[in-house]
Amino acid sequence: MEKRTTFIGRNPSVLYFLVALGLFTALVTVMSEATGAGLISTSFVKTLGKTLCLCLIAIAMDVVWGYCGILSLGHFAFFGIGGYAIGMWLMYARTEIIVADSLAGQVIPPTPQEISDAIGNQIFGVVGSSDFPLLWAFADHLWIQLAMVVLVPGLLALVFGWLAFRSRVTGVYLSILTQAMTLALSLYLFQNDSGLRGNNGLSGLQNIPGFEDSGQDVVSVAFFLASAAALALGYLLFAWITDSKLGNIIEAIRDDEARVRFLGYHVESYKLFVFTITAIVAGIAGALYYPQAGIINPAEIAPIASIYLAVWVAIGGRGRLYGAVIGAALVSLLSSWFTGGGAPNIDLGVYTIQWVDWWLVLLGLTFVLVTLFAPKGIGGLFDKLVRKS
Amino acid sequence: MTSLLELSGISKSFDGFQAINNLSLQIGEPELRAVIGPNGAGKTTFMDIITGKTKPDTGTILFGDDNRSLIGMSESDIASLGIGRKFQKPTVFEAQTVRENLAMALKNPRGPFSVLFYRKTKDGAARLDSIAEEINLTDHLQRPAGELSHGQKQWLEIGMLLAQSPRLLLVDEPAAGMTAHEREHTTDILKRAAQTCAVIVVEHDMEFVRRLNCKVTVLHEGSVLAEGSLDHVTKNPTVIDVYLGRTDAGH
Repeated sequence: MEKRTTFIGRNPSVLYFLVALGLFTALVTVMSEATGAGLISTSFVKTLGKTLCLCLIAIAMDVVWGYCGILSLGHFAFFGIGGYAIGMWLMYARTEIIVADSLAGQVIPPTPQEISDAIGNQIFGVVGSSDFPLLWAFADHLWIQLAMVVLVPGLLALVFGWLAFRSRVTGVYLSILTQAMTLALSLYLFQNDSGLRGNNGLSGLQNIPGFEDSGQDVVSVAFFLASAAALALGYLLFAWITDSKLGNIIEAIRDDEARVRFLGYHVESYKLFVFTITAIVAGIAGALYYPQAGIINPAEIAPIASIYLAVWVAIGGRGRLYGAVIGAALVSLLSSWFTGGGAPNIDLGVYTIQWVDWWLVLLGLTFVLVTLFAPKGIGGLFDKLVRKS
Repeated sequence: MTSLLELSGISKSFDGFQAINNLSLQIGEPELRAVIGPNGAGKTTFMDIITGKTKPDTGTILFGDDNRSLIGMSESDIASLGIGRKFQKPTVFEAQTVRENLAMALKNPRGPFSVLFYRKTKDGAARLDSIAEEINLTDHLQRPAGELSHGQKQWLEIGMLLAQSPRLLLVDEPAAGMTAHEREHTTDILKRAAQTCAVIVVEHDMEFVRRLNCKVTVLHEGSVLAEGSLDHVTKNPTVIDVYLGRTDAGH
């Protein structure tokens, strides 16, 4: 076997993936309503765009779990935080425009305080308040909120990871700890006085301030393209990390953490690095997802979401980035097909299988079957085919 | 000969069981030393204490020219000082190739960012190749370590120790599960390593220890029972009593 020296030579799947993603993106764009072709509805473009964001968090999960062996059940919390951070600006800026319009007709121009009160009333009326919580201090600054998409998940992961890894919490205990973090965050956000509108969450996020004149058909394609670009960059970043010597070390940590320590590596720093960078990517994925979903509420952060994430990666195949993409895309699209009434119910005479209820059973069975018979997931089957040919 | 590692008055008990009892020991640089002793004599705990896996209850461990105390240091910091350890069961990273295993062990900066941006160097590659030759694995560099035979895994692990450019090597039962031919090669590797650094070999196999032809320390119930050449210690009546009499029957 000759030594391959170029990055693509060592990782041919990166090239295949980027080409496939590029073709897919071009095809969807051309067929969308934005170009007038209208072969793909705007709502389906949004579904596809959201799916790309889920693929992005899935590859982050694959790096932290598949490569580094940390089964984090908390990465959807970072995803949600990214969504909330951008959602605050979207909601604030849009409400500001609406309020300014409605006050424009008045004889006496409104004072800045009156405008601010009116915006507060609009946003926080549902939770019986009109004051801006401290959390919203920078909600009118797009750039600060964009920075928060990266900084808040990153800092939370850094602090949480530092506390957990330094105490050498590993394996299932770490998973439980990350799940507790997610649950705590979700429960906090459910409270009306959390400052983020409790269980109402943030809504109307699909309306991008400043782009009121562009229809959703154009906005949806713009976000779809941005999601595709983010996925491509994320894929390149993680492929580069896992291909580097650091990739060898984190795989070694997954396989035998104690041995890596005796080689002189500070295992905790490596875990912290991986945990934090994947949390940041999860935050970015969330910030792209929720403007396409239109609404974010605390239920999105519930622990079950992070468990789904682990299921996607397991079905797709851990330890190979394209596996995570395949798993996330396939399972999340199937999930919306089954639960969205796309799949015909099966009438058995005495009993009708309604997929809305039975989809989870099917998913659970698939998970068990994959774990038992294809522990390397769909990506693993893929590898076998490539090796044979 | 100055001493590289100096243990004095080390004691450690686990739930009332005295694993190490007032143990004192000195190793020079370079030196080859065999540590023998019956099961439960404290051989593994002795290694755990030096490498920072276990904290002793009392005693001091001094290492290196500036007599640094190892107590309280983390495993990775101790390893970075130049103390390498080979486990009894070969522990190599089976999913990765022999080359990757050796490259991870090579003496280089160990921080995450310097590792992330690490680029292969000519010196590193040359060093890696010479180690691969030393451990007879030149033809297997591209194979996953999991495919190697038991003996080859043992060699790979010794090779990983050598790649760390250590000053002290702690080697736990290097010849376990090896064929006679493989043992001979292992003896050569260890003897050669001991020309430049200190090597402590924990071993059960007397024939292997005899071939190492070095100073022997006999551990019993957590302290040094006897020290000297193999012939010297095997003539010691207490040693025969606690150890040799029992294991010889097994061979």
